[in-house]
Amino acid sequence: MKKILIVDDEPNIVMSLEYTFKKKSFEVFIARDGSEALQIAEEEIPDIVLLDIMMPNVDGYETLKEIKNNKNLKDTKVVFLSAKNKATDIEKGLSMGADKYLTKPFSVKKLVAEINELLN
Amino acid sequence: MNNYLLISIIIVYLTFLFLVAFWAEKNSKSKWVNNPYIYVLSLAVYCSAWTYYGSVGIASQSGISFLTIYLGPVISIPLWILVMRRVIRISKQHKVSSIADFISLRYGNNRFLGALVTIICVFAIVPYISLQLKAISETFEIITDETSYNSTLIVDDSTFYIAVLLAIFVAFFGTQAADASQHRKGIMTTVAVESIMKLVFFLVIGIYITFFMFDGTKDIYDQASALGSFEKITSFNGLESGFNWMFTIMLSFFAIFLLPRQFHVAVVENDRERYLKKAIWMFPLYLLLFNIFVIFIAWAGNLSISGEVNHDYYTLLLPLQNGNIILALLVFLGGFSAVISMVVVSTLALSTMVSNNLIIPYGFLDKFLKGDPEQNEKYIKNIRRISIFTLIIAAYFFYINFSYELSLYSIGLISFAVIAQLAPSFFMGLFWNRGSAKAVKIGMIVGVFIVIYTLILPLIVTVLAGNDLFVENGLFGIKLLKPYALFGLDFLGPEAHSFFWSMFFNTLSFLIISLLSKGNYRERNYAEMFVNSSNYANLQDGAFVWKGEAFISDIRNMLNRFLGEERTEKALNLFYLKYGISKDEEMADARLIKFSEKLLTGTIGSASARILIGSVAKEEPVSLLEVLKILEESKETIAVNKALQEKSEELTRLTEKLKTANEELLEQDRIKDEFLDTIAHELKTPVTSIKAASEVLTDDDDMPEDLKSKFLENIVTDSDRLTRLIHNILDLEKLSKGQEHLEMEPREIHKTIDKAIHGIEQIAKNKGVELIHNHGYQIQANYDEDRIIQVLTNLLSNALKFSDEKTGKIKVQVRQKRQTVEIIVEDNGKGIPKEEMNYIFDKFYQSKYQNIKKPVGSGLGLAISKKIVESHNGKIWVDKKYKEGARFLFTIPK
Repeated sequence: MKKILIVDDEPNIVMSLEYTFKKKSFEVFIARDGSEALQIAEEEIPDIVLLDIMMPNVDGYETLKEIKNNKNLKDTKVVFLSAKNKATDIEKGLSMGADKYLTKPFSVKKLVAEINELLN
Repeated sequence: MNNYLLISIIIVYLTFLFLVAFWAEKNSKSKWVNNPYIYVLSLAVYCSAWTYYGSVGIASQSGISFLTIYLGPVISIPLWILVMRRVIRISKQHKVSSIADFISLRYGNNRFLGALVTIICVFAIVPYISLQLKAISETFEIITDETSYNSTLIVDDSTFYIAVLLAIFVAFFGTQAADASQHRKGIMTTVAVESIMKLVFFLVIGIYITFFMFDGTKDIYDQASALGSFEKITSFNGLESGFNWMFTIMLSFFAIFLLPRQFHVAVVENDRERYLKKAIWMFPLYLLLFNIFVIFIAWAGNLSISGEVNHDYYTLLLPLQNGNIILALLVFLGGFSAVISMVVVSTLALSTMVSNNLIIPYGFLDKFLKGDPEQNEKYIKNIRRISIFTLIIAAYFFYINFSYELSLYSIGLISFAVIAQLAPSFFMGLFWNRGSAKAVKIGMIVGVFIVIYTLILPLIVTVLAGNDLFVENGLFGIKLLKPYALFGLDFLGPEAHSFFWSMFFNTLSFLIISLLSKGNYRERNYAEMFVNSSNYANLQDGAFVWKGEAFISDIRNMLNRFLGEERTEKALNLFYLKYGISKDEEMADARLIKFSEKLLTGTIGSASARILIGSVAKEEPVSLLEVLKILEESKETIAVNKALQEKSEELTRLTEKLKTANEELLEQDRIKDEFLDTIAHELKTPVTSIKAASEVLTDDDDMPEDLKSKFLENIVTDSDRLTRLIHNILDLEKLSKGQEHLEMEPREIHKTIDKAIHGIEQIAKNKGVELIHNHGYQIQANYDEDRIIQVLTNLLSNALKFSDEKTGKIKVQVRQKRQTVEIIVEDNGKGIPKEEMNYIFDKFYQSKYQNIKKPVGSGLGLAISKKIVESHNGKIWVDKKYKEGARFLFTIPK
């Protein structure tokens, strides 16, 4: 069973994603901000992380950096989910090592398809 | 006192002065050495032994006329700002290092004129220096009580050794740099120290005599008035005496500007023009202090000392008579200080003139053309050192041979009268551009000749012939040529008489010849540069007119010989940079010629500099008309330059304005971008949530009912959030633009608060938070009630948000101020972190420390509240000192 970690500070968004991925037989973990995400990632070694950028305390960029620096997480894929939709923002996210960058509001269906593609 | 003891004391004192000079040279940048007080005190080199001893002698014999010597300088002082400042400016601009340089430069950089001025100065000052040596010798005798001291052997004469020591001192500290326009900090500092010494010791003896030997000034006056001669020495003898006074005052008036030592300390050693402002009141004060006790000492001497003594030395004789040898020694040291400061500065100034205006231009130029820079520097320094020794030795021999007969006062006045011959050329040259070199030379020679005839010759003839026939009958027995009563003018004293006639003929010759002959173009050029110095100040080298051909390489070689390659290179680079001239330029222009002359002037004098540069430059004669035209053009250039500069300054100002405006725009742009970004983000979040929930609901038919209704509920709350956000943004926008119309009405504030509280009562109750509102008496204010309720609601819901369940307490209070009503909303929550205090009123600022999972609210509440309060002309802020929770306050005008 693939492990997915959803990192977002919006409970309503998290709820939809959690329901969707549970149905797709993922083991779902939830974090409200970057520091919580890093803690869970360290313990669970998720296959994929869905990462919001604008979060309190440790933001998405910071979290991604930490994940990339962690050898245990070298196989973990990271997908940014962010309202920041300027070309420069997307560029920045990808250059930092994110595997995908989806802008909010996103289509759940498309997200699922992208993730399947990443994992195969 | 023992001879050798006194010599030891003198040596100790001289060593001290050497050390002071040494220290000052070492610390030449220190503020102890560079300050207006040193400058003012060095001006007091004016007070020589003549002041220190001679004044008392004069006062004892002819009363208050000794004051004339100090009234001149004091009267001249207000003029300093006008005259001295201009002289200093010009001197700095042209690197002038002596009065001879100054005058010869003014009249077209005339070599002969420089030499003439130098000769006149030497002629006037050497006897003056010899007088100072005489004072040392005589006071030495008095202190050591060698009354019959009349040694014929130089080897036995302590004065000779003192003179040699002084020469060594000047030679050592005066020739540190070959450039004579450089400042001699060491010498100036010792002169300042000596000025303090002589004043303090003179005051000490004055107080001693007046208050200890006698019973104060009145006692001396009463006793002195009983003496027979009192009437004579305290009264003013009608018109004739008045003329004598006037001319002596004029003499000293000129002397303070023209004496080489005064020119040296006031102009050459001046660091900053603003020092003059201090000098204007401090120097007269110094002179005043020096003269306070003179008359009392003189009277006291007349009363207490009988017999044939030199009245000049009352200050020494009085304490000695009372057996106070220590005090006499102090007086001696004060007089000694006065002597050495005068001798040192005078020889320094004279030696510079002798070397730069006499010896070098008339004999050593060829030698310099062959020498390398180090050799040349050595030659120049040696010439100056030899000049110093020669001058002092000459003064010594003059003293040995001539000055036994003469008093300090008379030789001093003769010096002044000779030096005064420089006055017409000096003063008129500053303000009148017609004065020509020829006129100056003739005027000076005539003037000096008359001084010799009317003042010096009678003394010499009387001594040589042993009778007064020359004085009584005149030359060849012609009555009109009587030296003390020339052309029948018989009511003036010898000095005033001599001064009157010499100045009369000098000035007359100067004026007439100047008006008759035009002078050449070079004279006219310098005349313009001096007289209109303020016009050309910015132009500097550009005001110099020169036409001809010269290779820069030749000039460079010439400079190398005197300055060395390194300094030449540095100076030329500066020059190129200043005028924007390319380094590849081969031919020199007028500016470079002037600049190079100036570079050499300090070292070898202006005349030599011109001759040397002239030797490598083929100068073409320029007509007077051309000079005037070029100068006129330069003036115009200055005017145009000025206008251009003003324009450029204006443009710079405008550019600066545009730049700040642009920056402001950019900043506003950035703020707007940020604002839009934040709005987009805030709007996208609920939209994302709604979209995701809807997708999940559409795709999944077999979702359990309770989950389904949870998703639907989420959609509803997020839609509400969206609506609220849009509403707030529009509201804020309206308030920001000031478009919102306020329904201002007189209201009762407590009622309004009640309404606001009512809105959140239920939520507070659910959370278990206590709401406290103390109604006091009624308070009326003018405001838009709905808007103020909005502010209150915002503050209350914030307070509620951050209050703990069950224990939370929110309190609303109202305070009446003179012109406003102050409303306070405080809670007992965790308070606002310090680092957030400054941002909480910003748009979309949401605290990181909210105690619920996700902040509820748009992040606009406080921003909107602020706008509302401000549109009521009120203020809203956080009490930063409140520790028990958060405390918000806002005011609205009544």
